[in-house]
Amino acid sequence: MSLLTLLELTPLLGAVLLYAVPRQNAKLIKQVAFGLSVVTLVVSGLMAYRFKTNATGMQFVESHSWISNFGIRYAVGIDGMALVLILLTTILTPIVFLAGWNEADNGRWSVRTFYVLMLVLESSMIAVFAATDVFLFYVIFEAMLIPVYLLIGGYGRGERSQAAMKFLLYSLFGGLLMLASLIGIYIISTNQIGGTFDLAKLATLQIDSGTENFLFLGFFIAFAIKAPLWPFHTWLPGAAKSATPATSVLLLGVLDKVGTYGMIRFCITLFPHATKTFTPLIIVLAIISILYGAFLAIGQRDINGLIAFTSISHFGFIVLGIFAMTSQGLSGATLYMVNHGFSTAALFIVAGWMVARRNSSQIEDFGGLQRVTPVMAWCFFIAGMSALALPGISSFVSEFLVLVGTFTRYPVAAIFGTTGIVLAALYVLITVQRSLHGPTTAGNEELKDLNLREKIAIAPVIAILILMGFFPKPILNWINPSSQQTMQAAGYSDPLPKAGK
Amino acid sequence: MFTSPHLNYGLLAPILIILAGALVGVGVEAFVRKTLRATVQLWVALATVLVAVVDLFIVRNQRSTTIAIDSVTFDGATVFMQGTILVLAFFALLLISDRGSFVAQASAIPGSQDEVSADLEGKSQTEVFPLTLFAISGMMLFPAATDLITLFVALEILSLPLYLMAGLSRRRRLLSQEAALKYFLLGAYSSAFFLFGGAFLYGYSGSLSLNGIAAAVAASAGNDIFLLLGIIFLMVGLLFKIGAAPFHSWTPDVYQGAPTPITGFMAACTKVAAVGAMARIFYVALSADLVQWRPIITVISIITMLLGAIAAMTTRDVKRTLAFSSIAHAGFLLIGIVALNQSGLKATLFYLVAYGFATLGAFSVVTLVRDSAGEVTDMNRWVGLGKKSPLIAGAFCLFLLSFGGIPLTSGFIAKFSIFTAAYEGGNTTIVVFGVLTSAIALFFYLRVIVLLFFTEPKSDAVSVSIPSPKVSFVLAASAIVTIVLGVYPSILLNTAQSFATFLR
Repeated sequence: MSLLTLLELTPLLGAVLLYAVPRQNAKLIKQVAFGLSVVTLVVSGLMAYRFKTNATGMQFVESHSWISNFGIRYAVGIDGMALVLILLTTILTPIVFLAGWNEADNGRWSVRTFYVLMLVLESSMIAVFAATDVFLFYVIFEAMLIPVYLLIGGYGRGERSQAAMKFLLYSLFGGLLMLASLIGIYIISTNQIGGTFDLAKLATLQIDSGTENFLFLGFFIAFAIKAPLWPFHTWLPGAAKSATPATSVLLLGVLDKVGTYGMIRFCITLFPHATKTFTPLIIVLAIISILYGAFLAIGQRDINGLIAFTSISHFGFIVLGIFAMTSQGLSGATLYMVNHGFSTAALFIVAGWMVARRNSSQIEDFGGLQRVTPVMAWCFFIAGMSALALPGISSFVSEFLVLVGTFTRYPVAAIFGTTGIVLAALYVLITVQRSLHGPTTAGNEELKDLNLREKIAIAPVIAILILMGFFPKPILNWINPSSQQTMQAAGYSDPLPKAGK
Repeated sequence: MFTSPHLNYGLLAPILIILAGALVGVGVEAFVRKTLRATVQLWVALATVLVAVVDLFIVRNQRSTTIAIDSVTFDGATVFMQGTILVLAFFALLLISDRGSFVAQASAIPGSQDEVSADLEGKSQTEVFPLTLFAISGMMLFPAATDLITLFVALEILSLPLYLMAGLSRRRRLLSQEAALKYFLLGAYSSAFFLFGGAFLYGYSGSLSLNGIAAAVAASAGNDIFLLLGIIFLMVGLLFKIGAAPFHSWTPDVYQGAPTPITGFMAACTKVAAVGAMARIFYVALSADLVQWRPIITVISIITMLLGAIAAMTTRDVKRTLAFSSIAHAGFLLIGIVALNQSGLKATLFYLVAYGFATLGAFSVVTLVRDSAGEVTDMNRWVGLGKKSPLIAGAFCLFLLSFGGIPLTSGFIAKFSIFTAAYEGGNTTIVVFGVLTSAIALFFYLRVIVLLFFTEPKSDAVSVSIPSPKVSFVLAASAIVTIVLGVYPSILLNTAQSFATFLR
């Protein structure tokens, strides 16, 4: 058993352990869940330590026959891109456990169920990034919807069951389209090299261009719904408004990255020609996402809705970076996935505390928090700065890389994308001003500042945001080789800089 | 001169054992004391099915096309389908033995004094057990038969007991009797169509055996119009039995009216038998003429899937919902027939097992949800069941998710393999429609789950009766099969692969 499989199993083990704890003892349940998520973090740290930066290809590979009839294997392995996303998962899980210590208390079901679902979700998120068998990926991709659905519907607020249902239906619909493509590519592999779902082998198939386009669309739409890309985004705001902060962090911070990760790992690798065909269209969708998300974020009154729309805008940047088809753009996009994960986590966690204290998620109900709860206000401020990609904070590096990478191939798109940065400044600063500065809104005078547990929870996120802003090199060292490999395999080379213009 | 037919009793034995068991059951009815009858009947029936399973297992690797002259074939598909029917029937019998579902005295007029007194005397119609066994024997013969007359006889043997049993519901007896009458009339009508189609095919080919018809079709020996008419009429009879549109209209009424254990038995086992027979007819006899029938079945499959999925949303009755879901599944199963390749047969076999167990499980949950007057099938009163009995409601959701084809349940692998087979056979259209319909169908399965788990219970909500050991056993077995076949389907897929052949 490779370290990777062990890492997948650790949270599951935690979920099983939770059933040994009496249902009433909520405190112990939380402690056990938190403990196991820390153990998972340690295991993933060990894996990162053993990861060889310079080696090509997948590492920690493991492969067993699963459904021999269809050549389906339990095959896992990671490259730099998968590694950073797995680390994102394992770092954020203990943080959200700690940050949202009490948010499971008022759910439809018991506290234990909440943590079991969370740990199952963590395990499946690790597995989905690790899968190198396309069928295995699909199964986890679909199965992980169930815990999220239950988490939103069972522990959320407001219109939670509708939001959960919408999320599930959208995702399942995308998944079914992907299933059709999956079957198609499997049949093609049966005819050419013997039925297999192995990613590396499938990448060698010769597919005629008409079929390839259809197969590409099946995968792409599934990922675009997940990412979410305009016009497939409509499930996101509802889900983000209804979910608990912990669920939102994992949903937007990690789970949605499966969409953009899938675009890189599956769309580009399996269908390089179709990718070329659809790139202009996708770039346009990405630009629309950037601007649309930004404009709607400016108009949002609900703080969680705001974060959701900023995410749509940021996902536009990520998709833009991916389909710029330069290794810079791709590295930038991958780094953006990680940074957006931490940045959204910070925003959702702090916003969650604000909402819990004020018992309202309307931005207008806050105001002057700077004076009442300075620590919380500063945390929100820094999180906001990371959302607008202030230089010195991590998102800046990735946004810069994405735009530079895009500019070398699609200058017009890059210019449109840049306006997104300006709009980002607008929506963040307006919100910061309304909620943190100005006179203290009536009813907010008695709000309590962060307690020790909350400070401990948010500290690592903010540390990462700032550290990676100044020193992104180690993580780029992981990402760069895999982006270059992806680009090479898809038959792209970076355009040479046009000197002297 | 009449030569006595050669019968291979060794390979006919599984069917004969069931028939013998049924006759013993009739004897029990005559000679055993009333108070003991129900128990004895159950044990006789269970033992019969078990012996038949064991016998089938012993002869599973023998193959012959001439076990009853050349009217019955014992090949891989026969073994697999007979085995599936027997195993499913075993669990169905356990459900049937739950006497609360059956009328005390079927001959008493609903609401009459007779009925009340029969009830007070504690009478029960223990004849259901031999009737079930008779139906099982017909179901086992149906997918094994290779000539049109034997097919027709098998069809009648399996249908007649079902018509009768559909009318035995203890609650809502008028509805039940109406269902039985409707099922009988429409069933008889469709049998006539089947016979009529057989006559046309005989006229076309001069042969009643599937091989003879196949030879005539391959040589295009006769009038093509007769062939087409024959295929269409035969199809009507078969599509009626599997509940495909536009011959599906009996399904919701009969599923609703029949006693729930019988509905479960019917839904699971009849489908296996009818789909099996249909596959054999089209794969063996008519495969050379696919230009004519494939488009028809493709369209029917698409209509059936869509209709089942959409109509299911309009109903508020659990049993009717399950009926529409079974219609949608009939559409999916037809994809396996359209595929017309070995993978198609394999996928169909797997699908039947996955669907059969999920169906039995779902209906066993229906038998448990009751109020003081008996089973409650109004979905509005199932609201919030998840809060009161999370295990039962959770199991029901599992079966629904399997129907919907969510990964890690058996239904997903079933759909995946049947779509793969169709794609392999070059039928991409039907795959696309299948995928889209799955999305629609998911919507209504999820709606039920929302009702069970995400809606606050009302005051007049139902209670779940504590399941008897027998029902718990069925429920647990179905749930385990559904999960195991979803997580590790190789066990069954490999078996289905090696048994998925029709001997010609």
